[in-house]
Amino acid sequence: MLFAAVAALFATLALALIRAVAGPTVFDRVLALNLIGTKTILLIAVLGFATDRFDFIDIALVYAVLNLIGTVAVMRYLIGEKERA
Amino acid sequence: MEDFLMIGLLLVLCATGIAIAFMRDLLVVAMLSGIFSFVCCAVFVLFDAPDVAFTEACVGAGVSTVLTIAAIRLTGRREKREGRRASVLGLTLACICGLALIYGTLELPRFGDPRAPSQTHVAPHYIDRTAEEVGVPNIVTAVLGSYRGYDTMGETVVVFTAALGVLILLGGAQSRPLRRGDAPARKDQDVVLRGIAALFIPMTLFLAPYVQFHGAYSPGGGFQAGAILGGAMILYALVFGIDRLNQLVPERVLRVIAALGVLTYGGTGVVTVLLGHRFLDYDALGARPAGQQIGLTAIELGVFMTVACVMIILYQRFASRGDQ
Amino acid sequence: MSAIEIFDLARTALGYGLLAIGSLAALIGAIGLLRLPEFYTRAHAAGITDTLGALGVLLGLAVLSPDLLTALKLIVVLVVALFASPTSCHALARAAFRSGVRPALDGNRPPPTVPGE
Repeated sequence: MLFAAVAALFATLALALIRAVAGPTVFDRVLALNLIGTKTILLIAVLGFATDRFDFIDIALVYAVLNLIGTVAVMRYLIGEKERA
Repeated sequence: MEDFLMIGLLLVLCATGIAIAFMRDLLVVAMLSGIFSFVCCAVFVLFDAPDVAFTEACVGAGVSTVLTIAAIRLTGRREKREGRRASVLGLTLACICGLALIYGTLELPRFGDPRAPSQTHVAPHYIDRTAEEVGVPNIVTAVLGSYRGYDTMGETVVVFTAALGVLILLGGAQSRPLRRGDAPARKDQDVVLRGIAALFIPMTLFLAPYVQFHGAYSPGGGFQAGAILGGAMILYALVFGIDRLNQLVPERVLRVIAALGVLTYGGTGVVTVLLGHRFLDYDALGARPAGQQIGLTAIELGVFMTVACVMIILYQRFASRGDQ
Repeated sequence: MSAIEIFDLARTALGYGLLAIGSLAALIGAIGLLRLPEFYTRAHAAGITDTLGALGVLLGLAVLSPDLLTALKLIVVLVVALFASPTSCHALARAAFRSGVRPALDGNRPPPTVPGE
């Protein structure tokens, strides 16, 4: 069952990557980046459970907190670009 | 199952790498690098290497992407289209170097070979003797801090030198701290973002010391904690304005603290020499394992100070200059 | 079966069920990301399923976890993700709107010029 969850999460990752590479606007790409970030958090948590190493949850916690910074940075850049243009 | 997942993740890495090489929009490259970092972390988790995955998470998730984007603000977003002819000399040299490296790796033991010297002599020593010699449960921290302390000192000095390089290259106009009556800099007016940041930043400030001091028992340590603290301060600057950050932690204070971090690390070595032992030999600080743990705490603190301040300095330098 | 065995069985069933719901939601979100026509619809799909997927998977893992500390840590990760995920989606949609991306509406209504119209 855990294996099925891992497979589903990995499939989500791969599909979002396609959108990240192909997305017509930069916002589609940021959306895909966000999705990949959250799914990586879940993937790491599930992998930690599957291998009986529960230290990995600290990694998931750090990712959950720091994921916001990247998204906010890209947003500020894009809004700033519009204001500068 | 794990093999399929590993192959899948590595294929995703390849695809991302190829996409990065061919994209001309540097903002997209920055985001793809973020994706690369996420997937690398998952690969490290599969390799059963939590400390490395932790470091990759701390540095790649927030700080690396933000610094790249801050640099793109200075350089412009699109890569210039080069001439159609690639440099033949450059290509030949690169191929020769690559082939020479590959030829060199043919002599190395196979990946994961249990009969390799590092697996038969070095690794069992660390695994068997850490508990009695160093006394911390996390063997990786013991190796980083005690058995291979010189390497970690080199790491810290390299991080500090990177900050020096950026300060020299981007030197010049600094952002003044806010005085009364100044118009506030451009900052986010969004209520949602400011509210969430007001929740997240204190929580991250709690997370950093936890990671720092728990590094002896679980994945963590000085470097990761420094990156987390740097990330928290960068989030503060992103949401509330770079001028507020400059007012809160002026750059001259950060420079001093970063230098103090390297000084703490080297100073521990000097203290052990003055006490009659070798450089960074923690036996000078006390009997094992207590002396080892005192030494570990001191150097982890040094690494933390340097890394945190360097991250903030780099962001301040990039962001302030872009507003000129 | 004794009470403890029934409890364990219920716990395992609940955990795996939540895990299945979360993974399915994530997968549906990714498919929506690929197949929906324009940005705002994709943002809708991604944002909702992101949060729901995180909720399902992390709650399922917390129910399945062997001790209380792990469960509590997973709950903390869940709370953080619950706050961060909608915020990123909101910031993204707002930035897109301010940069000029407009939703594709029916032919009758004029496109909005102020957020929230």
